[in-house]
Amino acid sequence: MSMVQNFPFFSIIIAMFSGIVSSVLDGKRARDLSLFAILVTTGMSVAVLHFCIRSGQSYTYMMGHFPAPWGNEIRAGVLEGLTAVLFGLVMFFAVVGGMDHTAVDVEKGKQNLFYIMADLMLSSLLALIYTNDLFTAYVFVEINTIAGCGLIMIRQKGRSLSAAIRYMIMSQLGSGLFLIGLSLLYDVTGHLLMSPAKEAVAAIEAAGLYAVPMLVIMAVVSVGLAIKSGLYPFHYWIPDTYGYATPTASAILSGLVSKGYIFLLVKIFYRVLGRENVIASEIVNVLFVFGLMGMLMGSVHAILEKDTRRMIAYSSVAQIGYIYMGIGLGTQAGMVAAVFHMFTHSATKALLFISAVGLYEVSGDRKDFRSLQGAGYRNPLAGIGFAVGALSMVGFPMLSGFISKLLFATSALQSPHKMLPTVIALAVSTVLNAVYFLRLVITLYTIPTKPDGADSVMPEKTQAAWGDKKGAWKLHLAVSCFILLNLVLGLYSQPIVGWIGSGLAMFD
Amino acid sequence: MSRLRDDYENSWWRRFQGWVDGETDLLAEGMEIRVPGRGEDKPLRGARHEQEKVRGQHNEPAAAPEGSRTVYNGRGIRCFRRFYQVMSVLLCLSIIFVLLWTVSYLPAFGNAGNPDNNEVSARYIERGLQETGAVNIVTGMILDYRAFDTFGESCVLFIASCCVLVLLRIDAAEGDEKAKKRLAEANDRIFEPKNDIILQKCACILVPLILVFGIYIVLNGHLSPGGGFSGGAVLGSGLILYLNAFGFGKTERFFTEKVYRRMTLSALTFYCLAKSYSFFTGANHLESGIPLGTPGAILSSGLILPLNICVGLVVACTMYAFYALFRKGGM
Repeated sequence: MSMVQNFPFFSIIIAMFSGIVSSVLDGKRARDLSLFAILVTTGMSVAVLHFCIRSGQSYTYMMGHFPAPWGNEIRAGVLEGLTAVLFGLVMFFAVVGGMDHTAVDVEKGKQNLFYIMADLMLSSLLALIYTNDLFTAYVFVEINTIAGCGLIMIRQKGRSLSAAIRYMIMSQLGSGLFLIGLSLLYDVTGHLLMSPAKEAVAAIEAAGLYAVPMLVIMAVVSVGLAIKSGLYPFHYWIPDTYGYATPTASAILSGLVSKGYIFLLVKIFYRVLGRENVIASEIVNVLFVFGLMGMLMGSVHAILEKDTRRMIAYSSVAQIGYIYMGIGLGTQAGMVAAVFHMFTHSATKALLFISAVGLYEVSGDRKDFRSLQGAGYRNPLAGIGFAVGALSMVGFPMLSGFISKLLFATSALQSPHKMLPTVIALAVSTVLNAVYFLRLVITLYTIPTKPDGADSVMPEKTQAAWGDKKGAWKLHLAVSCFILLNLVLGLYSQPIVGWIGSGLAMFD
Repeated sequence: MSRLRDDYENSWWRRFQGWVDGETDLLAEGMEIRVPGRGEDKPLRGARHEQEKVRGQHNEPAAAPEGSRTVYNGRGIRCFRRFYQVMSVLLCLSIIFVLLWTVSYLPAFGNAGNPDNNEVSARYIERGLQETGAVNIVTGMILDYRAFDTFGESCVLFIASCCVLVLLRIDAAEGDEKAKKRLAEANDRIFEPKNDIILQKCACILVPLILVFGIYIVLNGHLSPGGGFSGGAVLGSGLILYLNAFGFGKTERFFTEKVYRRMTLSALTFYCLAKSYSFFTGANHLESGIPLGTPGAILSSGLILPLNICVGLVVACTMYAFYALFRKGGM
């Protein structure tokens, strides 16, 4: 066994350990440690990805001295490595970009707690990605939920507390359903590890036993994870949570947390329940319908929203809808498109949240359309970042959103029954996306006129504040790297799509 | 445009949207609208509906207190709210029904031929003692076979206590009057020491017994039923009883926030490092070199005993910390 194969385990443990150690550090050191841990784990994920691509296969890693059905196990393949790399990058730039706001929003003595949450969030995301054991998945879903709650409520201002309560209630409902599903599954299969559980499920399906429990398991697990990732009818915690948390937390929650659950769902579909069984059970059709509704309704809500940050949050509802629609298509191509859109959305939504923060900074921390007029001139890079993110969400060529829409459309062509609704919903949703995103982009580049007719790009106060602003490089670094990430996903999509395909093939 | 907006605010689409957004849910309103000083009104949420009914019968104009929303006085909304409640109860009942119905299809409990009586549990039972050295198979399972999950669980406790710290700890910075006021409000130490003789005498007898019993459960976790989680809970409750009887002045001689942090840190660090070593050697098929000892002896079963102690410390500290934070916003 080569050293690289240990890296998934190392990266989980390093993230956890840095969280534990941060409890005795002060805010600054905790932050540095957290950034260091994210960098190291991302580096390790790159190595894992490289290893898996070169060797062309996945491997399992025994957590302890006992082999598969008895001890814990994790598993790494191309898709796991790729997701871990992307999540690590997004997390790093989200923490860097929102650093100064974290320092302002969070009480001084509690800043290390914020970074504890971030570290444990990272470890739980990595564990959700790498896990090969259903109960390990549940434990880390729990850590993920609590850490998410902490990230929201640590900004004890405005409505963040009630947003955290909403998040907690909805999320716990999702976890509860997921746990019920796991216990039922254990009852009929007798296994918690994914590979033996899959064999047991195949045997059950072949023998035609337990048809009702299997259906309920699929439904409960999918609905539980769908609630946690904010699929349309269960989305109502999203705008508050993403709208009132500190920028780093918003970027992490919208970009990564919901994606972690979707990744877990995909993994369970492939590695436990069996893709054919899930498709045969029609659960995917339910997800498909909800996904379509989410695509349209999320955009409609976003259009009606006046607070721009909540608007971005509502756009997440639409994008999650896209992902579930891709899963709901029930084809391999649809799944590839869904996973690719997962990546697109993490990179783009984090970019939008972080660059929006740069724009609010120069607009007196106001978030309505009026105050944001001309903000694109006041903070040029953030304006460009926002425009790139918006265009990517709308599906502008060269950017990652275009590729995912293309993939969705082409995969829809392969499933005759769902082709028409998918393509129509894609078209309508793209137009709706364009309506609200381009409206904001146009607002950003509209020079506000004063009542006396004089143009003024900068209110005097904010001009002074922006001129003196030190440490703006962090935001700039984050925004430029996110733009780069978007371009990479958009321009080098071919190998990435290929890796996703081979990674999904390794799941079987 | 603006006129359109106004119409829109009253349209049913807006209401539908509000419903989807959860704007009319009880939580959002119930949090802020209660204005104190309305003598006869019971401030409980459950009572509100009765009170509304009364108001409806007398046909009073809705005397909404300032700052409250007028939404829930409208008849349509009230019917809608009732409908909403009925529907949510129906939804819950139908989910309960579906789950119970599913249970009837599951294999009967305790049947030897059940799917969960497979090679997994067979090996735990037959070779658990030999492989983990723990007489208590459950402990062997959670701290050796599936130790990674248990590590995750102790991190759940850790992060939960961090969240409580975020919510309840009050840091009174220099010159921050507001925080100082909150601290003074939260601190009920001014009533201390209570010096309740009965409580103190009982505590004098009980606390040592409880603590010794807790330590016994933790240390004997690999030999008899118990272990870190249950023993830690016993230890924590013993500390809380002591705190209640004798006040913070006494407990702070040995248990401050610093001690709490150091204990949690060292316990979790030890757990992390020890288990990492064990996972690493296990996965790479190396000898771990940790002796399992004689099964049944107190010093046996390899890492399980120290890990139990770590888990016990984390649990005890977390319980005590929760209690202290709820009482005075600090430790």
